[in-house]
Amino acid sequence: MNLWLLAANSIAFGGLLFLLSAGFALIFGLMRIPNLTHGSLFMLGAYFGVSLMAWGLGFWAAALVGGVGVAVLGGLIERLLLRRLPGAELAQVLVTLGLSFMIADTCLMQWGGDPISIETPAALRGASHVAGVAFPTYRLGVIVIAVTFATALWAMLERTRLGAMIRAGVDDPMMARAAGIRVPLLFTVVFCLGSGLAGFAGVIGGPILSVYPGLDQDMLPLALVVVILGGSGSLVGSFVGSFVVGVLYNFGQALLPELAYVVLFLPMLLVLVVRPAGLFGRPSP
Amino acid sequence: MSARLGRRTFTKRAGAMAMAGALPMPAIAEDKPVKIGLLTVKTGPLAQGGIQMEQGINLFLKHRGKKLAGRKAELVVGDTGGNPAGTKTKAQELIERDHVDFIVGPLAAFELLAISDYVAQHKCPILSLAAAEDMTQRKPNPYFVRASGTSAQAMHPLADYAAKELKYKSVITVTEDFAFGYEQMGGFQRVFEGDGGKVAKKLWPPIVTPDYTPYLAQLSGVDAVVSGFAGSNPLKFMKQYKDQGLTLPILAGSVAMDDALLKSFGDEAVGAISCSGYTADLDTPSNKKFVEGMVADYGNIPGIYAAGLYMSGMVAEAALEKTGGKTDDKEAFIAAMRGVSLTDTPRGPFHFDHLGNVIGNAFIRRCERKDGKLVNTTIKTYKDVGQFWTFDEKWFLAQPVYSRDYPPLKG
Repeated sequence: MNLWLLAANSIAFGGLLFLLSAGFALIFGLMRIPNLTHGSLFMLGAYFGVSLMAWGLGFWAAALVGGVGVAVLGGLIERLLLRRLPGAELAQVLVTLGLSFMIADTCLMQWGGDPISIETPAALRGASHVAGVAFPTYRLGVIVIAVTFATALWAMLERTRLGAMIRAGVDDPMMARAAGIRVPLLFTVVFCLGSGLAGFAGVIGGPILSVYPGLDQDMLPLALVVVILGGSGSLVGSFVGSFVVGVLYNFGQALLPELAYVVLFLPMLLVLVVRPAGLFGRPSP
Repeated sequence: MSARLGRRTFTKRAGAMAMAGALPMPAIAEDKPVKIGLLTVKTGPLAQGGIQMEQGINLFLKHRGKKLAGRKAELVVGDTGGNPAGTKTKAQELIERDHVDFIVGPLAAFELLAISDYVAQHKCPILSLAAAEDMTQRKPNPYFVRASGTSAQAMHPLADYAAKELKYKSVITVTEDFAFGYEQMGGFQRVFEGDGGKVAKKLWPPIVTPDYTPYLAQLSGVDAVVSGFAGSNPLKFMKQYKDQGLTLPILAGSVAMDDALLKSFGDEAVGAISCSGYTADLDTPSNKKFVEGMVADYGNIPGIYAAGLYMSGMVAEAALEKTGGKTDDKEAFIAAMRGVSLTDTPRGPFHFDHLGNVIGNAFIRRCERKDGKLVNTTIKTYKDVGQFWTFDEKWFLAQPVYSRDYPPLKG
């Protein structure tokens, strides 16, 4: 058993999980919407990427355009559906769950049932040797992308006016509204951003996971675990949560394969019991 | 229900009488069509195989001009949704509402197990691809016919080939943590160990495993890796295997290197040795016609799902010819099905054992790139392979069914 490989992969898989769950955390934190379409948006992004690459776009361009496409769709979902259901959590859960089924069937119709593989970009193919351990080069790339996005998102949230407004909205939406922040517009922006991140992550994850019907349902629980562990609405939380889940996933499956899911979900249960807001989340007012 | 059917029948008869009155026609006793119920999965993760199943049976009926043994054939499709409850509901609809003469499908063992007793009670013959060993072994269903094979049926010859021809001494197996996986690897292990090989480890990733790296990290120190993955998992596994820089040879089960998956694979699949009861490169007239038809109609090289249904159709047709197109006597119909022996089919000649399981070719193939496309090229054919391989049936059935812990690892 190669523990170094597992350690390195924990970071790489954590990076992918961060791209997947950062948007989920923002949406959940700001809007209190448990967005169960998040896995579907991830899958949709991957399928968009497949089609865009079939039309001749390069991998990175397809990832960006795919992300934007999903962001637009996310914006539509927010404006046309979720906006009509403020505060109605059960209705939101049902709407997003229903949407996820609809998206899954639409994808099946459009792209068929066969799994589709996304080619690893040529520059990142094969394995690199880091400190004597062979490690897929592409996954090193995923780590770099995740850290870049984490930094950019952090800077956006902490250093820009938009970020300040989002933080205000997360902390106290009523007060933010009273202070003149257009919270509804903010909701749309955050929903677009979160969806776009999921779609982008779908393409980035493609060379590792490939795309197939059911990818959505495979990824959603992981995003949930990350966000519950890390704390909703907290970027740092989902960053740390992603890597914690990455470690639990890799070492759990390798060392205690029979208990892989226990190892993954038990910490989530403990956190829910001991610190319901998550490791880095603030208790809601 | 009966009232509604009664009304329908009445309406039909009234309509027919009205027609007859209006247009004096020669009295032709028009035959009732043969009704075939298809249980398949059209949504969700299993849809890939389910759609291919439907394509297979549709192509078969098209090739026969929608007529079997002189009777018109009608297909009624039920989407199980890939879950046992849905399968039960659809099976009930097919049998009690549509009065189908026999059922083809379903895809997965857990679907079949949910309806096995029910279809037996209604004496409805069922031709399924589901590979659960005990359906034709320790808990046989007398109305069940399987033209594709058990989970281990192709794994026995694969193990034999690995030990005797490839001279491998040790392997690690890796496949999903569910019955189909256990049965495949149990079969491989029994034959491989019998031939002097050693199974060093058996790894069982959960069905949903986005990242196989924790398992890939354990693959070393053996001659080859045996993969038994199904659905879209083979694609993920092989890609991550190659990305990890692993170079151990891959031995694959029938669905892990299914011909229909080849268009999704990349170079990582080249060199993989697999064994299957169907191979697209078999040179028989009926297989050529089948493959050409699938490519023309669906743009797909078919794999075992489509071929299995196509051959199930052939079995039903041959049985109907024997009974003179009659299906009313269910006992006679199922006996005719199990007595079918075909010479030219997409998998070559096959017949059934007394438990309803197929005895036919098993093909060892090597995945190669030819003219830019991936193909499985047959390198050896084991003839007349049955579910018990070369073991004595009584002895085989006295052993426990292959499971996660059986046969146990040695040493």
